[in-house]
Amino acid sequence: MSGLFHLLLALLCAPLLLGVVNRTKALFAGRAGAPLLQPYFDLLKLLQKGAVYSRTTSWVFRAGPLVSLASTAAALTLLPLGGLPALLAFPGDLVLFAGLLGLGRFFTMAAALDTGSAFEGMGASREAWYSVLAEPALLLALAAMAKRSGQLSLSGLYAGLSLETLLAPGGPALLLAAAALALVFLAENSRIPFDDPNTHLELTMVHEVMALDHGGPDLAFIQYGAALKFWALGTLLTGILLPLREASPSLDALAGLCGLLLLAVAVGVVESVIARLRLTKVSDLLASATALAVLALMLARRAP
Amino acid sequence: MSFWVDALIVLVVLTNLRVLGASRLSACIRAVAVQGALLGLLPVLAHLDALTGRLLLQAAASTLLKAVVFPWLLARAVREASIQLEVEPFVGYTASLTAGLLFWGGAFWLGQRLPVPGAEELRLLVPTALFTIFVGLFLIVARRKALTQVLGYLVLENGIYTFGMAFAEKQPLLVELGILLDVFMGVFVMGITLYHISREFDHLDADRLSELRD
Repeated sequence: MSGLFHLLLALLCAPLLLGVVNRTKALFAGRAGAPLLQPYFDLLKLLQKGAVYSRTTSWVFRAGPLVSLASTAAALTLLPLGGLPALLAFPGDLVLFAGLLGLGRFFTMAAALDTGSAFEGMGASREAWYSVLAEPALLLALAAMAKRSGQLSLSGLYAGLSLETLLAPGGPALLLAAAALALVFLAENSRIPFDDPNTHLELTMVHEVMALDHGGPDLAFIQYGAALKFWALGTLLTGILLPLREASPSLDALAGLCGLLLLAVAVGVVESVIARLRLTKVSDLLASATALAVLALMLARRAP
Repeated sequence: MSFWVDALIVLVVLTNLRVLGASRLSACIRAVAVQGALLGLLPVLAHLDALTGRLLLQAAASTLLKAVVFPWLLARAVREASIQLEVEPFVGYTASLTAGLLFWGGAFWLGQRLPVPGAEELRLLVPTALFTIFVGLFLIVARRKALTQVLGYLVLENGIYTFGMAFAEKQPLLVELGILLDVFMGVFVMGITLYHISREFDHLDADRLSELRD
């Protein structure tokens, strides 16, 4: 029952996180910024519009936003939030989680290629390249945590965590895994330093360029899917760094939500203070994320 | 307590990876300096319950040399010889990082077969020491500049120092201070040599020194 509660909370509050990121960036830039609920208004506006489809596109183009939103939402059912257990938990569901994210990304890229636009093809190629580098880091970091806890389900991985385990001898391994996950989180959500979500130049876009030909409800699905992905990968990170366990589900949910809001503020700060990386440097940074994850895995292997 | 020791050791490993992945000389020098400071702190934290003046003196001396004096000497050498700021590797940065992970795996494997008596709580110490030694050797081989080879030599010495940490209480003070003095002289002389090489040849590429004939 409380698993369903997390899912509803995520579906309801995920766009709020993007609003918090944008507000933080606005405050850093000295602007008042858009209302915190602006992402919701955008989604409502887009849902009321009609969609226009080019004659060169096929069903793949229309399936892209739907499948990516559906797979991200399905991935959320496997995720625990703080002390709230996931809706579904079974050994090995962490591979399904990575697979669902991969499926969503595959359809986004296929839809981008389906338009036949050169820019979108370029965006798809870059997205594929990022994910090839980010996925090993994600899986190895999760494997490190699985090794540490001896569990193979995401709920099992996060169930045993607390502030004490973080400061116990096995703690550094967890922190390394968290660092790797943080880099993966930024890369997968197309955030600075990997990608600039505000760029207006097709040549420099990575993720945004793949959504250029989508409009109306399709664009709403894509934006909503992005918010859900932010939530999904964010819970992986805050689950390690803020392992607060309260007795009641409502307090747990509140703690988890506060963690995610803090993460959104942190993302806003990061985006305000550092610049985007040169494209050739991205692979170096993601390779170091993989290195951190491997290190975490080896340390977890050794921990008693 | 053990958390902080573990965290320090992990940070030492991370500085090693940083040296392997850094493309700027100044970043490399800084990473080696941080490594020196961490290694100076490590014996103090590891033997916090049985601190002796000897241990503190040793830690202070090694921190001063490795975290302040050596980086300063090397940075001065970079400035005086106006060396290009890129590292110019034979092996690329990502490939170096991958090699580093392989070294870490090898060091782990070896470390499990080399149990050091009396160092049960420092279970990560031997793998880290071996890893640091491997990284030092790799830096000497895989980088073009003479300065990076000095850095590799320093990292190598850090590895040996880490290895000796397990016996920090039993090791004679004189031996440790003697080693530090040797390293200091080594880096000092190398700094001067670097300056002369770059004056003589207008570059610091160790592999091009074979052009030297009479």
